[in-house]
Amino acid sequence: MAEKPSPHRTLEFRDPRRGRELGILLNRICTEIGRDPISVMHVCGSHEQAIARFGLRSAFPAVLDVIMGPGCPVCVTDMPEVDEAVALAMSGVRIATYGDMLRIPGTGKSLADARGAGARVEVVYSVAEAVEIARETGEELVFFASGFETTAVATAAALLSSPPSNFFVLSAHKYIPPVMEIVAEMPHTRVEGFLAAGHAAAITGWAVFEPFVARHGIPVVVAGFEPLDILAGLARLLELIRDGRADVVNAYPRCVSREGNRNAQTALWRVFRPIGGNWRGIAHVPNGNLRLRNEFAHFDARRRFKIDSAAAHSGAPPALAARCICGDIMAGIAKPTDCALFGRECVPDKPVGACMVSSEGGCKIWMEYGGRPDLRA
Amino acid sequence: MRALVKELFVGRFGDPSGAGIGLTAMDDGAAIPLGNQWLVVTTDSHVVSPLFFPGGDIGRLAISGTVNDLAMMGATEVLGLTFAMVVEEGFPLADLERVRDSIAVACADAEATILTGDTKVMGHGEIDGLVLNTSGVALAQRVVPDSGLRAGDVIILSGTAGDHGLAIMTCRHGIALDGPLESDVAPINGMIRCALDAGGGDVIAMKDPTRGGLASALCEMAEKSGVGILLNGPAVPLTNAVRAASELLGIDPLIAASEGKALIGVRAGAADRVLAAMRKHPLGCGAAIVARCVAERPGRVVLDTGFGRRILTEPEGEPLPRIC
Repeated sequence: MAEKPSPHRTLEFRDPRRGRELGILLNRICTEIGRDPISVMHVCGSHEQAIARFGLRSAFPAVLDVIMGPGCPVCVTDMPEVDEAVALAMSGVRIATYGDMLRIPGTGKSLADARGAGARVEVVYSVAEAVEIARETGEELVFFASGFETTAVATAAALLSSPPSNFFVLSAHKYIPPVMEIVAEMPHTRVEGFLAAGHAAAITGWAVFEPFVARHGIPVVVAGFEPLDILAGLARLLELIRDGRADVVNAYPRCVSREGNRNAQTALWRVFRPIGGNWRGIAHVPNGNLRLRNEFAHFDARRRFKIDSAAAHSGAPPALAARCICGDIMAGIAKPTDCALFGRECVPDKPVGACMVSSEGGCKIWMEYGGRPDLRA
Repeated sequence: MRALVKELFVGRFGDPSGAGIGLTAMDDGAAIPLGNQWLVVTTDSHVVSPLFFPGGDIGRLAISGTVNDLAMMGATEVLGLTFAMVVEEGFPLADLERVRDSIAVACADAEATILTGDTKVMGHGEIDGLVLNTSGVALAQRVVPDSGLRAGDVIILSGTAGDHGLAIMTCRHGIALDGPLESDVAPINGMIRCALDAGGGDVIAMKDPTRGGLASALCEMAEKSGVGILLNGPAVPLTNAVRAASELLGIDPLIAASEGKALIGVRAGAADRVLAAMRKHPLGCGAAIVARCVAERPGRVVLDTGFGRRILTEPEGEPLPRIC
């Protein structure tokens, strides 16, 4: 027999009654601040997913603008990085990568295009699966790795557990804290506070944001991903804005500590070093890219293979791409609905820009939830 | 899929004469006027991986699917079923016997029987194990379409949502859960008869939330009726196992299939009466009012999550577990 249904059981962090109370609190603090708009930014696709899924935007105070920043690692993968993977694939090297990376456009081609042209590109759910393929086939295999520090830890762990010598990593991993500095320093930025991603902070620890807060005088609140986590995090952030206090506050104490996960940090920094590099549509981000350290050079696809990216440039970029405003969307300057292509020429089935490709991308998330997240209008 | 069928087939074949319901309506089945009654016909092909899953198998699915499609048209007394199977060469005989036994049980549950059938064998590797097709015929005094709703009408869901879809997906991904997570696959014509007897002409529209779950079924009902539907998310019954699996896989239970549930649109005045009748039936004991029809946003479904409101869209393609 199936389990007895329990329609009225409410999960602890999904209690709508508490949600309504927090909604009233948000309104009150916004009134106390007395500005319109009050703009805050989150930097995580999972936050946008939860906000859209639970219809939170329709319940936010009208003056509160919650902007999605550069929180989609797939979206900010730069074209030359995709070009490297495409060039490797086209030269006959076997590639394994996450599903979202397949369709992200390079200068001329995506990995999906390369696969269509006969290249061997496989979708994996984890780095462990890629290692397994390398082990089983004995063939040279390049794992095209993407993701922020959360996912980079998994890649680091794989490289620290003696993978086979035919396994290589082409790292497009990114590191979030430096890009917050870039956004804070953008000339027209309206961002008055940041909602930081709880899962990344679980690894880095919340103290990682202290230097940023000291330098820029902008408060940061670390928040989880349940609707009450987000509402409570926003309430805390608005209080800091109201009181003019630039602090780091941990609103996700059940998962995040000041120090974070030391073992994960050790693994991350043993394998990777931060270097400057371009984030698609954003800017050059000092220390924003994670690359393999010299000790792991023998696993580094960039050192093992001579990558001729020019080979990936053949074919002009599609005409529509010129009208794509993904860069502005990821920088938080524009919303998906500000784009003329959104929901028309650019849809999840036929994405034009990076933000419509990935399940962490703002445009894809908005489309998934009806293309119009704010039903107040 | 609906768009593909519409483009390729609809309009190429004639509809039944008179006031009949044919391919154009893209309903659960067809209805042919026969004196003062309706002959309701439907057909359904079944492929499922794995063939045997917690709570059922492809045989039970094949019988339930067709019986339920007839019931959704208002035809709850099945005159007879046809049964066709295509078998891969080398398919284990013991498995075939298991499927046969399960078909017999499902037929008994539905008070239906198989009148005729067909078998084909394909070479090893040419087909994935076993493919079944069933058709069914039944008589109805009144045909219930999946349209005709208007603002003010109420929509009842006959029990928990998403059980079949999430049972299959956890099975495919080899995830073992602590609680029982079983498919709800069952013929529900008996329970539908209770609802129809209680509601009479006030039962306006019925649809079973199979592929695409509640989201697809409600979107279709809203679109065909030209009415807005407001779904009350917290009112949708879910088992704790479905909740857990959906969180784990990142799949919204609102887009996961049921195979033993119905959405029943009734005039508001009859809602309590129909609900009480359904709850008396073992397969409708978890029934609840989950949505109401509104004049705003005709053709669209709005979900009230308890925290806010958003548009509920039809899922595109098969739901894939989120990877991160």
